Amino acid sequence: MSFFVETLVGGLLAGVMYSLVAIGFVLVFKASGVFNFAQGSMVLCAALTFVTLRDKGLDFWLAALITLSVMVALGIAVERVVLRPLVNRPQITLFMATLGVSFVIEGVAQIVMGASVHELDLGIVDTPIEIGGVQVSQFDLAAAGTAGILVVALSIFFNKTRVGIALRAIADDPQAALSIGIRLQTLWQIVWGVAGFVSLIAGLLWGARQGVQFALTLVVLKALPVLIIGGFTSIAGAIIGGLIVGAGDSVAEIYLGSLLGGSVSTWFAYVLAVAFLLVRPAGLFGEAPIERI
Amino acid sequence: MSAIGTDAIEGFGTTGSTAQGTRDRLRVGSAAVLLATLVSIPLMANDYWLNAILIPFLIMSLTALGLNLLMGYAGQASLGTGGFMSVGAYATYNLLLRLPELPLPISLLLGGIISGLVGVVAGLPSLRIKGFYLVASTLATQFLLEWLFNQYGWFSNYSTSSSISAPRLAVFGHDLSSPTGRYFLTLATVVVVTAVATRLVRSQTGRTWMAIRDMDTAAAVIGIPVSAGKLKAFFVSSLVIGIAGALWAFAYLGTVDARSFNLDRSFQVMFAIIIGGMGSISGNYLGAAFMILLPILLDHVGGGLLGGAIDAGQLENLQRALFGALMVWFLIKEPRGLAALLSRAWTQLASCFDR
Repeated sequence: MSFFVETLVGGLLAGVMYSLVAIGFVLVFKASGVFNFAQGSMVLCAALTFVTLRDKGLDFWLAALITLSVMVALGIAVERVVLRPLVNRPQITLFMATLGVSFVIEGVAQIVMGASVHELDLGIVDTPIEIGGVQVSQFDLAAAGTAGILVVALSIFFNKTRVGIALRAIADDPQAALSIGIRLQTLWQIVWGVAGFVSLIAGLLWGARQGVQFALTLVVLKALPVLIIGGFTSIAGAIIGGLIVGAGDSVAEIYLGSLLGGSVSTWFAYVLAVAFLLVRPAGLFGEAPIERI
Repeated sequence: MSAIGTDAIEGFGTTGSTAQGTRDRLRVGSAAVLLATLVSIPLMANDYWLNAILIPFLIMSLTALGLNLLMGYAGQASLGTGGFMSVGAYATYNLLLRLPELPLPISLLLGGIISGLVGVVAGLPSLRIKGFYLVASTLATQFLLEWLFNQYGWFSNYSTSSSISAPRLAVFGHDLSSPTGRYFLTLATVVVVTAVATRLVRSQTGRTWMAIRDMDTAAAVIGIPVSAGKLKAFFVSSLVIGIAGALWAFAYLGTVDARSFNLDRSFQVMFAIIIGGMGSISGNYLGAAFMILLPILLDHVGGGLLGGAIDAGQLENLQRALFGALMVWFLIKEPRGLAALLSRAWTQLASCFDR
């Protein structure tokens, strides 16, 4: 039993890591209807920039600050160069454009900063501690804590600040938002900037966990089922989706994996997500679109 | 309006009837010249050209054609291409292995049909979901299939290594294992499938697909069988992709290896049809040529001009960035791809002749 609980807790904490990436998707999707496949590459780019700066001997906070400005600039540039000319085009076209963007970011980031694996040390001790008889990784706890703070900060941002409320208005009805004088393009840039910030946080945590390497871009593939389960438009959904995927993944790996001969985690989350889709096509917390002819 | 890439219905353009006639004659003429060139190529080309450029180009075109039927015509985006290719390859391999009395073309077709049936199952979610939700569910297919072929030895006849060598290729007693033989096998398949696909997209089925692509809710309202149309698109598309996968394994690589049908392959094929032109038959060839030739060109430029100053890894990164940038550029500037660019040049040429 304690083994099961341990697996479950480990999975839930890993799920929070997926949620971190998924939140970046939700932010952009809510405000501009773009499913940003490049989020994974932005995570890689953030981690790679940070590590390169640290290797050059820069102070932690200075490196973080420079990386943050690089990421915000990147987000704004993507919005300006790629997405603005594609306004009013079908969502699937926008998705494919961000797929192209992800290839550009991956290629250029690795040309500039190299493709070798870097160690990233955030100074978090990774010794398991025991809570109520269950072994829990300290690092995962710290990551979960960060994710929690991020979610609270984002909720305050979206619910209390003027910019946040304007963003919600855009998400609700871009036409109406425009007509009452909300600056759509400025706000899109802000939201892409925020997405750059979120990818920095995700990049640092994932980079510290896995090492900074090309495989980091694959977290986008882990985040996709999270989004589908939680719905593309809900931050709470991203967290809950992440928990479901994380817990499902590790429990399935142990129990289903031994039944089928291992490594079910490559597809389990997706099959779970498709099962959810068939029951609730807009995800758990998503809004079902209304179509007009 | 249209979901992805619209192609003007041929014959209803703004050009006059004479210009249209000239254009059609030009088109048929150029297709004949192209075919004659492709048939006579083995007389002049060496094995390197056949093995490294022409065979992969033809198979990539076939794969692109398969995906284009689904994505460009029926509007159902899919990232399961690699998975369907592997189904075709493993199905054909097992048919050749377990039913050796079947002639190769039949095994190839049956392998394609099996892949098509898997495609129908994979397409079932499309009845309820669309857009990138559908992309995600095709990703589920991709990962599940990749895992399946790696996990269970039965598919690869319990081979100890993950890649298995292909059985000897022969049609009615003619040995096809030489580069020229494999080239002709591929060429014949591509010609037949292209001919069928060209007819298909202009038939009732093709019109149904385009109606679904342009707006499926509206199509359903005017009585078009949307569900059947979507599943049919998944079937035909996966069938073609399955045949292409079998050819990729047998005529190109010479081994059946699940790793060569991974997600990167799916991306590659999707890039090929975006660059070539969605909703266009000729676009598949242009896009495939682009995808096969650009890396080789970059390789030569990198090795020749810069004297090997750039290492292979950097070149690959450069290639990634370039492909991504081109894809974005095409989506912004010319969503109908190289095919539309070429078609415009064609029309101008035809009007020059009419004067």
